[in-house]
Amino acid sequence: MSVIRVLAPGLFTTVQDLGRPGFGSLGVSASGAADPIALRLGNRLVGNPEGAAALEMTLLGGTFEFPEGAVIALGGSDFGAALGNAQVLPWLSLDVSPGQTLTLGPTRSGARCYLCVRGGIAVKPFLGSASTHLLSGLGGVEGRPLRKGDVLETGGIPGAAFRKRALVAEAQERLVPRKRLRVTRGPQYDAFAEVSRHAFYAHIYRVAEESNRMGLRLEGPPLLAESSGEMITEGVSLGAVQVPPGGRPIILFVEQQTTGGYPKIANVIAADLPSLGQLRPRDEVQFEPVTIDEARAVLAEQERWLASLELMEP
Amino acid sequence: MASDEETPGPRFQPASDQSLLVYFGERISLDAHRQVLRLLRLLEQRPIGGVINVHPAYCSLLVVFDALRMEHHELEAVLRRYILEAADAPIPEPREVEVPVCYGGEFGPDLEEVAAWHGLTPAQAIECHSAATYTVYFLGFVPGFAYLGEVSPELVTPRLPAPRRRVPAGSVGIAGSQTGVYPVATPGGWRLLGRTPSRMFRLDRTPMSLLAIGDQVRFTPISRDRFAQLERA
Repeated sequence: MSVIRVLAPGLFTTVQDLGRPGFGSLGVSASGAADPIALRLGNRLVGNPEGAAALEMTLLGGTFEFPEGAVIALGGSDFGAALGNAQVLPWLSLDVSPGQTLTLGPTRSGARCYLCVRGGIAVKPFLGSASTHLLSGLGGVEGRPLRKGDVLETGGIPGAAFRKRALVAEAQERLVPRKRLRVTRGPQYDAFAEVSRHAFYAHIYRVAEESNRMGLRLEGPPLLAESSGEMITEGVSLGAVQVPPGGRPIILFVEQQTTGGYPKIANVIAADLPSLGQLRPRDEVQFEPVTIDEARAVLAEQERWLASLELMEP
Repeated sequence: MASDEETPGPRFQPASDQSLLVYFGERISLDAHRQVLRLLRLLEQRPIGGVINVHPAYCSLLVVFDALRMEHHELEAVLRRYILEAADAPIPEPREVEVPVCYGGEFGPDLEEVAAWHGLTPAQAIECHSAATYTVYFLGFVPGFAYLGEVSPELVTPRLPAPRRRVPAGSVGIAGSQTGVYPVATPGGWRLLGRTPSRMFRLDRTPMSLLAIGDQVRFTPISRDRFAQLERA
């Protein structure tokens, strides 16, 4: 077991794995990595199980010292990382020598970058997951974002010596997040005025500053439900596009509330949820309707691609 | 089996490409609640392969599943069988839970306004809120948040027009005919009548949530001193 010292936490850095689904009846949402594909591939690059816990950085990365060294990989967006004076690109594994410091800066692409460490980040699991759930202050490191001075332990991985890996260029191209988000109809789609349904697909929506892991707030043409009364609170799914009375849609995200009382016009398809994790404030998105069958086919194809993806020698 | 207006069959509605909503009627009722509870219990006892998560609510259940393993119509067919089977399942005797509440003052900043809204004194509003026995319809929103119903018609009050940015943990509020306790500090639009020193959700306790779906809950008025005492305990 070795440690990582947090010299600077970055803007908002939390421990995340693939979350804790299965506790919706307690009001606990799954949480987990905002871009689970980046986490899974980052972990594969360091020889971890895909769901090992890693550090999720947001918009601005941190500075981390590795007193005993480590094998690491960065997944997701390019945060201009450097190890000592050497530039570090995302999507490849590399050795950190004892005492070296990894410095990340502001993003050069999307919202999130994952620091995956061979052995994973070792924290006490809450309901079977290391993921931080900020709203309830549970999971991760004391249920909070990292602070300067935190010392994180990494887990051990038994077995043979590890061979370094990298993601091929074509794969990286395919991993560029989508700004055109495919959606299926939400359970209250029919409750929206025809003009609102049309506007939802026709216009560009902009991600608002106050977006976070609970929800992405969107700015754009307001959407109006025909029946304006409050509906009966019901379970809400990840990626649901709910519309409060003001008409400004909110996409429910990984730390979502489990139930809600606003009508949902649409739901982002499972295959495009990782792209949500890379959206920054002021990014512009557009919604594209697909059927559930199409959504399922896209997801199956994505998973086939991920399973077939071979990692090469760097 | 013949169906009548009192017990309509369940309605299924895809919520996303990986979730399915099951509605037991379209209004809040104890009958719908019992159907939700029965199905939830059966799903807990005999989990369906491929089902990842379940979000119960007043008269519906959201079932999240692995879209690579099953399709909506396949899940619906299995759930229909479960619902038929669950219809005869007995519901265990509900637990009774008492939640102490210090009403008014800084703990219940909306008490006076709610009372005035209904032409009551604050004391009458407290009496009204604490006289009823509430059913936990479901837990939702955030960990350990129990949706309790139903508030006496004398006290039914809409949400705040603009939610508070931060409602302190333990706050007891009402919204429409619902009442509940905020387990953690969150933004919230419910009108706050008081605060409980009880911890609604804690990791070092089994079960973690003080309240569970189906429980019968009563709020007991306590003094500020008693609040401080219990909070220290």
